[in-house]
Parts: sequence; structure tokens; C-alpha cells
Amino acid sequence: MSTLLMALLVVVGVPALQVGYAVLIEAGLARLPDRVGRALRPWLWLLPALTFLGVFLIYPALNTAWLSLLDARSTSFVGLRNYAEAFTRGEMLIAFRNNLLWLVAFTGATVSLGLLLAVLTDRVAYEKAAKAVIFLPMAVSFVAASVIWKFVFEFRPAGTPQIGLLNAVLTAAWPGFRPVAWLVNTATNNAALIAVAVWVWVGFCLVILSASLKGIPAELLEAGRVDGATEWVLFRRVLLPLLAPTITVVATTMVIFALKAFDVVYVMTNGNFDTDVIANRMYKELFNVRHFGRAAALAVILFLATVPVMVANIRRFREQEALR
Amino acid sequence: MNARLGRLRSVPLHAVVVGFCLIWLLPAVGTLVSSFRPPRLVTVSGWWTALLPPFAFTMENYARVFGAYNMGRSFLNSLFIAIPSTIIPVTVAAYAAYAFAWMRFRGRETLFMLVIGLLVVPLQMTLIPVLRLFTALGIVGTFPAVWLAHTGYGLPLAVYLLRNFMGTLPKDLLESAAIDGAGPLTVFFRLIVPLSIPALASLVIFQFLWVWNDLLVALIYVGGRPAVAPMTVTVSNLVNSLGQNWQLLTAAAFISMALPMAVFFALQQYFVRGILAGAVKG
Repeated sequence: MSTLLMALLVVVGVPALQVGYAVLIEAGLARLPDRVGRALRPWLWLLPALTFLGVFLIYPALNTAWLSLLDARSTSFVGLRNYAEAFTRGEMLIAFRNNLLWLVAFTGATVSLGLLLAVLTDRVAYEKAAKAVIFLPMAVSFVAASVIWKFVFEFRPAGTPQIGLLNAVLTAAWPGFRPVAWLVNTATNNAALIAVAVWVWVGFCLVILSASLKGIPAELLEAGRVDGATEWVLFRRVLLPLLAPTITVVATTMVIFALKAFDVVYVMTNGNFDTDVIANRMYKELFNVRHFGRAAALAVILFLATVPVMVANIRRFREQEALR
Repeated sequence: MNARLGRLRSVPLHAVVVGFCLIWLLPAVGTLVSSFRPPRLVTVSGWWTALLPPFAFTMENYARVFGAYNMGRSFLNSLFIAIPSTIIPVTVAAYAAYAFAWMRFRGRETLFMLVIGLLVVPLQMTLIPVLRLFTALGIVGTFPAVWLAHTGYGLPLAVYLLRNFMGTLPKDLLESAAIDGAGPLTVFFRLIVPLSIPALASLVIFQFLWVWNDLLVALIYVGGRPAVAPMTVTVSNLVNSLGQNWQLLTAAAFISMALPMAVFFALQQYFVRGILAGAVKG
């Protein structure tokens, strides 16, 4: 079983190689004049990481930007034609519309449900258990979540027993309800896909917002109550402003995820019935159509959409460092 | 119970919290129950009917997906992919984080901001050139291709988390060690690494689950090769090929969830700590 041998070799060999590397560079640095050694040392400790970042992220990103200006086989320069096509072809426009929908609905739902549950679970005795339940989907793959929910959305014609939970509950609770093919019906399918991602990610928002909520001193709220403020006013005027920085962090993470949404769409509908998103569209251009220019252009568009978040993260980091 | 917020106007509060918990649990419970039901029943009645007698459960679905549908092989593949893809980036990142946190050099701030910028770069930006690189090296569809890719993709978060943690270690301790004549090697292996165990543990769990649950990277660099495909790829193929065979699909999904759930329940606090520290990653 050579695979096992290879994996073992890597698991033991890579750390050994790493230790060997550190010993080697320090032995080398010890022979150099002190000043040279001190100047060189950081770069040698950084070298393995910088090599990986350069080869797998920085160079490829620059190369992709260039490829987006070339044709399908990356042989001749076509200027901005791939971008022009990306913004005019029907299936692309649907993908853009859906990503926008994801951006608004997914971000809004995860952040507001996370906030709601953080405030509510803070008031019950079984807080830990409730939070663990909501957080659990974070541990499993989107592929598994997709199977779970595809089964929930399962549709059977009216009059036959519904084996999908959603249609079964609705037909039982609401006489005369016509079962819906949630993933096929274009009025419901995008919402259904987004709901799956929300189910997975609310736990993330909940955990972070809840940790931040615990940091708010209870006396602050007590003082408000003594002054006769209602819970709603306290939430609006005290909790929300204090939680605002955390909400921003959580929301930006959700925005990034909404832009890159792929797994759920790929597994549940593969973008059929008007549910395509940019990331899945790119996968199709890459492996089905084999148009490298258009695939690269879609990647660049995704990247450009994340730039504001990137800038915000860097700015926040500088502010934090300035406070240190 | 907590004095932070007023004590509940109970019934609606509990109804909402329990209601949400049910929405979160029931789909998963349905999946688990269905994976033990015989095929002839799954397609004609809802999984909730199985909770009442007469009981009819079977292990046959698990036996079938393990054998005939490649889930056994895929489980091993997921391990072969996830373990090296966790160890390599974490060890590589630890060196860089040490340099960023405790060494002075020109361009340190700028370089670290580059790392922060790379945190949110969509992987899609890298797929075509890296795929071409792997093609040139002849390693597309092999384990090393996935290890290398995951190492590159996992590094920004790993460096970011570890550097932030190492930066909070007591300065006096490290300085007095240096005064006592400890070189960078000793400081790193005797002080930094042991003191960073909590951060390293969170990071290992985080990266392991991320790789275990990854679909895109495996799909791109392994493609459809069953000999190398991890469970995420295999299950997503089964969704297409098995269609309505819910008893098999749910069993396959549960096999893929077993390990992450065990990790989650055993090491929840480390996982949560990792999430809290890494909130900027998309």
C-alpha cells in the first residue's frame, strides 16, 4: 500500500524536514557576521511560507488576471471581450443576479438570526446546549448539508404521501396546500438554496456575537432598567451600538461567503432552473466549456468584489495595531 | 442563567429558542433515521413514520455504500488528504508567525498586511494557473497535488492566527531567555511552540475540518478519480447517480459527517476558539 507509506512519510518527514531546515539556517547564520545574520534571519524563517504563498496564491492570481484578457485557449489577446461577454450573456446575468440575492438574503438572514439567537439564548438555562445545536452544522461539509436538505425539500405529486419533511409539514398543517418542488420552482429554489447555507452559518454568527454580548457589563443594562427603559429600548440603544463592531466583522465574513458560494449550488441544483452563481459558472467554463479566458474573467470579477472587504480588514488591523 | 438581561417573559422565549433548535435538528435526525430504513419503505413513507412501531431498521444501506459505492475507499482518501494537508501548513506557518511576531525587519508590517489581504482572495483566482502547474509536473489527480494546494490556501489564516497569538506571549520571558544565551532555535522550540499549544490545537482542528469538508479544491485537482477522491467528491457524485435512493444517500452523508461530529463534540471549545480568532476569513 504505497499511498499509506507516502502519507506516513509526509506526516513524519515534513516536520522533520522543517526542523532540519531551521537547524541548518541557524547553523549558517551563526557563521555570518552578527549584523548580516540579524538582517538575514527573518527572511530565512519566512522563506518556506513566502514560497508557498508566492507559488499558490500571488503568482496564480496575477497570472489569472492576465489570462482573463486572452481567448479560450490562452493563445491570443482579446482585450476586455471576456468581461463584455460576462456582463451581457443571459446565463451570466442570472448568475450575477443570484449572487446579489445571496449577498443580501444570506448575509441579512445569518447576521440577524445570529443576533436574535445570541440575545435569546443568553436568557435561557440551557444556553450551552441550544448554542451547540445551532452551531453543529458548522462542523459538517456543505455536501452533507446539501444531502440533508435535498431530502427535506423532496417533492411528491399532490395526493401521494410526502416523504420530504417540508412538504409533509405544510400539507398536514394547511389543508389544501399543494406540494411544491422547492428546488425546481424558480420562485422558491434560490431561497431554498440560501436557506441551506443559512442553516450552516447561523451558528458561526451566533458564537461570535454571543461571545461579544457576554463582554457587555450587566450593570450597564441594570442601570437602564432601573431608569425604566424597556428591553427593546435597551437592545436598540445599548446592545446594538456596543455590538456594532462585531456585527461588522461577522457581516463581512458572510459577504465573502455569499460571493464565493459554490458547494450548495453545485450539489443541489448544479445551477439549473436559474439558480447558477458566479463560482459555479466559472467551474462550468473551466471544465465543461473549457474557455479559460471567460473562466479567468469570472474569477477576477469575484476578486474585485472582495477588494472592499480586503481593504476594510487591513484598515481594521492597522487600527488594532495602533492601540497595542 | 444570566442577570445580564431581564428574566424572560418565559413561554414565547422558550418557544422561539426550542423552535429554532428543532429546525436545526430535525433535518439531521431525518437523515440519520432514513439511513437505517429499508429501501422499500423510504420511498413510500416519511422517515417520521419509522419512529412508531412496527420498527423496521437495517444496516444494509451502510454495507452497500461502503462496498459498492466506494465510500470505504473515499473515507481513507479523505484521511490521506486531510492529515498531511493539516500538518504541512501549520508547521510552515509557525516559522513565519515567529518571524512576524518576534523579529524586526524592514517591510514586516507591509508583508503582514499582504497576508491579511490574501485571507479573502477567492480560490477561483488561483485555479487555472495552479492546475497548469500541476499538469506540467504531472501530478494532477494525485494526493501530493491536493496537499500542496491546501498548504498554500491554508497558510494565510494559519500565519495570521499564530502570529496574533505569539505576539501576545510575555515579552520579558523571551527577552530573559535571550539574555541567558538562548538562540532563536531554543526560543522557538522550547518556549514559543509549547506556549502556543492552545493556538496550534485550534488551528489544527480548524484546518483539518476545513480540508475534510472541502469540495472545490478536491474537485479541481483530483477530479473524478475514485482512487483519490475524498468523500465530499464521492457523495456529490452519488447525489447525481443515486437520485431517489435516499436510504443510500443519507447513509453516505452520515459516514462523511461521522468524524467531524466526533471532533466537534470532543473538542468543541478549541473549535470555537479557533472560530473566534479567525473571524476575518471568508
